[in-house]
Amino acid sequence: MTATEILFWFLSALALFSALMVLVSKNPVHSVLWLIVVFFSISGHYILLNAQFLAIVNLIVYAGAIMVLFLFVIMLMNLNNSTEPQKNSLVKLAGVVAGCLLLTVFVSAVRSAQEIKDSQALMNTGDIGLIENLGKVLFRDYVIPFELSSILFLSAMVGAVVIGKKE
Amino acid sequence: MIHLLTVDWLLLLEKLILIVIVVMASLVIAMYETYAERKIAAFMQDRIGPNRAGPLGLLQPLADGGKLFFKEEIIPNHSNKILFILGPSLAMLTAMITSAVIPWSGDINLFGRTVSLQIADVNIGILYVFAVVSLGVYGIMIGGWSSNNKFSLLAALRGASQVISYELAMGLSLIAVLMITQTLSLKEIVEQQMASHWNILYQPLAFIIFFTCALAECNRTPFDLPEAESELNMGYHQEYSSMKLGFYLFAEYVNMFISSAIVVTLFFGGYDIPFLDEAAHADWGNWLALAGLVCFMLKIGFFIFLFMWIRWTVPRFRYDQLMDLGWKKLIPLALANMVITGAVILWMNK
Repeated sequence: MTATEILFWFLSALALFSALMVLVSKNPVHSVLWLIVVFFSISGHYILLNAQFLAIVNLIVYAGAIMVLFLFVIMLMNLNNSTEPQKNSLVKLAGVVAGCLLLTVFVSAVRSAQEIKDSQALMNTGDIGLIENLGKVLFRDYVIPFELSSILFLSAMVGAVVIGKKE
Repeated sequence: MIHLLTVDWLLLLEKLILIVIVVMASLVIAMYETYAERKIAAFMQDRIGPNRAGPLGLLQPLADGGKLFFKEEIIPNHSNKILFILGPSLAMLTAMITSAVIPWSGDINLFGRTVSLQIADVNIGILYVFAVVSLGVYGIMIGGWSSNNKFSLLAALRGASQVISYELAMGLSLIAVLMITQTLSLKEIVEQQMASHWNILYQPLAFIIFFTCALAECNRTPFDLPEAESELNMGYHQEYSSMKLGFYLFAEYVNMFISSAIVVTLFFGGYDIPFLDEAAHADWGNWLALAGLVCFMLKIGFFIFLFMWIRWTVPRFRYDQLMDLGWKKLIPLALANMVITGAVILWMNK
């Protein structure tokens, strides 16, 4: 095993374990913190793939901004066990069945996708994830989708302000 | 497992030693920042300041640290114990790991090896700093929430929203600088400044915005709303005692040191020695790197002094004024600076 492989398995195990802990934790604040660990391990994977920019932006946007907002909301709602509504067991069973079906769909989709099967991840090499190349691709080849998505973000922001300002 | 041995162990060892030195140095500097702060405050208020422990009171930080270590440690009954301990640890961790991308000086030669005085020269250096800064919120938020105290929670929310708001203006002001430097690597930014002029000459407005935001990110006066003792008793660390409190207070001083280092790196030439052409004196070898390090430290020292000077001069903002300044003044200003810089660069290249 090379150092890269060891890191890969470690990060994968960490990502899966903390993703499970997000679901299993009783305390919503703990769930958010475990989710942050998931983002960290995914960023580690990006670094293994030499996509440093993606890794760090993943941390800035998801771990640094979005999860802080999650924490805000959860802390202010003051959730604890007594206020949490108890769902009846039929709903729980339906949830388990739906989850298993979704898993089946995902697994079969991945298994049958020839593209994923045939291609191999480039470890430690490749420079497509470096900021210079990424910038060129975004602003040269995909400039219209990029600008459209930024307008989408802007409209979402304006919408939120309008809703917030309404008496 | 044989392949593991192909790792460059000497490099690992070298980096490990460097990390230990940087961490120890930041801690010692943070210790003496507390001393400097008290002396400067005393000077500005026409007092003497600490003068009992050791000559000129120089052992005062050790006495303070020792006191904090030996204080009784109290964990409130209704707090969330794991998170209560995690809070100050995270605050300290995020304060320390920013130093990984700062270039402390040029390369030195030791036993035939070229040793770079930078822990990691990643090509996204400045973004790494941003990621760590944006994670710095968690120390405050987790500490404030897990204390299970309304004042702590309020202070934590204030602190977090302040940090998030000022991060935006900080990032936007930096974009103008990065347009000029064309790189995100801190080492390259310093080398460019060594070859030509310091960035402050090209981007004075970006510097002012960046420095204001740095004050806010470090929770320093006039932006120390999370610790506004007249409104919030003591702030997000109200329930903390002993060294956990010490960690929070200490993290602030480490942050101050690191953010001064980043301001110097970005705008004031980093380890560049003023009025000296380093390229012409390459034969000085290690002494040149050492002189660069001393220069860097002097510049950082000036900015730490500036932080303290501002603290003992300017009163605290009101909370709505703080948000107004961040969102309605600094962000538009930074955006305008960005557009103008872009236009000028386009015009110059024509």
